[in-house]
Amino acid sequence: MASSPSVSATLLAPRERTSSWPLVDRLCYAVCWATGIGLCLIALAIVLFMFIKCISYLRPELLLTSPAPSLHQSQSGGFSDPIIGTFIVTAIGTLIAAPTGVAIASWLSEYGRPVWLARAVESAIEMLAGVPSIVLAIFGLLILSQGFLGFLSQGAAQGSLGESFFNAGIVMSLLALPLVVGATREGLAQLPERLREASYALGKTRSTTSWHVLLPAIRPNIASGIVLGMGRIIGDTAIVTILLGATLKNEAVNHIPIIGLLRGTGSTLTSYVYNNSPAGEGNAHEKAYAAAFVLLLIVLGLNALVTRLVNHERAPETR
Amino acid sequence: LSGGTEKQHHPRRGDIRSPRRRHSGASGERRVELALGALAAALLVLIVAMVVTVLVKAWPSFSYNGLSWFAPGGDVDTQLRVMSEGGHLPGHGVLYFRAWPLIWGTVLTTALAILVALVLSTFAAVFLTEFAPVAVRRMLDPVIRLLAAVPSVIYGLIGILALAPWVEHFIGNSRKQSVIYVVQLNGADLMTGTLILTVMILPIMVAISANALAAVPASWREGSAALGVNRWRTIWRVSLRTAWPAIAAATVLASARALGEAVMLAMVAGSRAFPANPLDGITFLFEPVRPLAATIFQEAEGLTIGPLAHTIYAMGAVLLVSAAMLSFIGWAAKQPLKRYGIRA
Repeated sequence: MASSPSVSATLLAPRERTSSWPLVDRLCYAVCWATGIGLCLIALAIVLFMFIKCISYLRPELLLTSPAPSLHQSQSGGFSDPIIGTFIVTAIGTLIAAPTGVAIASWLSEYGRPVWLARAVESAIEMLAGVPSIVLAIFGLLILSQGFLGFLSQGAAQGSLGESFFNAGIVMSLLALPLVVGATREGLAQLPERLREASYALGKTRSTTSWHVLLPAIRPNIASGIVLGMGRIIGDTAIVTILLGATLKNEAVNHIPIIGLLRGTGSTLTSYVYNNSPAGEGNAHEKAYAAAFVLLLIVLGLNALVTRLVNHERAPETR
Repeated sequence: LSGGTEKQHHPRRGDIRSPRRRHSGASGERRVELALGALAAALLVLIVAMVVTVLVKAWPSFSYNGLSWFAPGGDVDTQLRVMSEGGHLPGHGVLYFRAWPLIWGTVLTTALAILVALVLSTFAAVFLTEFAPVAVRRMLDPVIRLLAAVPSVIYGLIGILALAPWVEHFIGNSRKQSVIYVVQLNGADLMTGTLILTVMILPIMVAISANALAAVPASWREGSAALGVNRWRTIWRVSLRTAWPAIAAATVLASARALGEAVMLAMVAGSRAFPANPLDGITFLFEPVRPLAATIFQEAEGLTIGPLAHTIYAMGAVLLVSAAMLSFIGWAAKQPLKRYGIRA
């Protein structure tokens, strides 16, 4: 966030007293403090509220049992399937987005020729970052339900719309891609030019330089981009509902161990929360709160990871 | 892949940066460049294909309704229900659709949330970069990142289970009775949706604005301070004026996010395609709305039904084109910053 955090503090100290300011200025000063503290309070309120709800509703067996069709909350089971679903979708999405994103970012930053193509790709990625996930979802459905991609899901022949873990993961990767590309490019732009020059001077090719010198140097940037992308994938509901079916359980299409599951429909924590909220059909808000808290914990964990990575990035500068 | 053939005719721009290779490494190097370029080109093709396929799929709905697609006319909920049942309204074709209430709902939620968030985020960003003690700033950074990362479904859950009943409490029975024949007020409404949307887009705007404020050259502020201008005036007249393109870009980015917010608004905004009327006074805030993205999300089950699918893709096309336009405006808004050499 603040790339030069202590600039204003050191330069404008010693602090002037606000008592000499006109009333309007003092008012604005107060509003600044109020909004800053307000932001903290909102975040605190969300976490505390979820925590309190969780203590009353989350029981360990919920994490381990599958959902069951029942009108009553005490019999509708837990949410082990959605937790597994969240991990599968995130894994597929990240596995596609991370290498693709890093490759495209290094092409844009290190090669970037022809220039018109690089500009076009750049603006396309910028646009992709702004496309609502619901639009990505219906586009993905249109493409992935085509016959020749039928192997990714149950296929239209079985009356399926093209819903599967594969399809959801593939479209999710588009969600994470701009974040990975952005973080990688930012990292590459921050690297001092002398790194490249030194490597070229040693007779290394451009690709060797990228792979062995530049990319290792910006590993924390890439990692934080990937983690941010994972956060977006985990938090998305629209793509899950449309491309994964948001079914009660993860249903494998056949008995082939992993492929069968990945070609089948399922649900993630987000779709489970939605379906159990008053807006969905389940209307089991205890379960919704419990699942939402697990989701929040995962997000908090990822968030802590990003914070650590970012601090790690900054460490060499301050030394 | 056309990029690959183009490259051979293109003058080698970076000859100084990449020394000539004498042995077989050169062709391998060339292959790496081509492969990476092909990957980037493939992504470009995919994104262009997305725009084209969505527009093609949406075309029947637009061509049947013409420009009236965007106009008011009848109850959208009824039109969608009839379509999902495979029928058509008497006197109209199967594709008859008038999206105005949905568009109005999108515009209302987005614009209101942006307005509130713009004011709050500017103050918060100033606080973060100028006034906050170091300890508070250290705490705010992760807090903002957390607020940005909370999934929208959690915001929606809190909204519908905690905030909506609380808002309903404020509506009062007499206000409910006064409009009972037109619309039901139950706390899931424009105000609840907008409030939560504001909280959702606030972190993005604060983060970008704070970044830009921190990048304003310190000497400019020192110059102002040396002239005896107090700190707030310096921020107002120098920092914010320099950073406004970044703040504008942040606003545009946040509106793209607000525009596409489907799940949260489907949960808390009332899910009723009601054209909320600002002339209704306070009641306006308690009227339900149904933005485009939320409608797509809720009607997605009907994607197997031809006419409804065309209509849904038409809504998607409107969102896609708006998002593309916003991303262009955001790019254009950031250009003045380059003059100062500020990267934001």
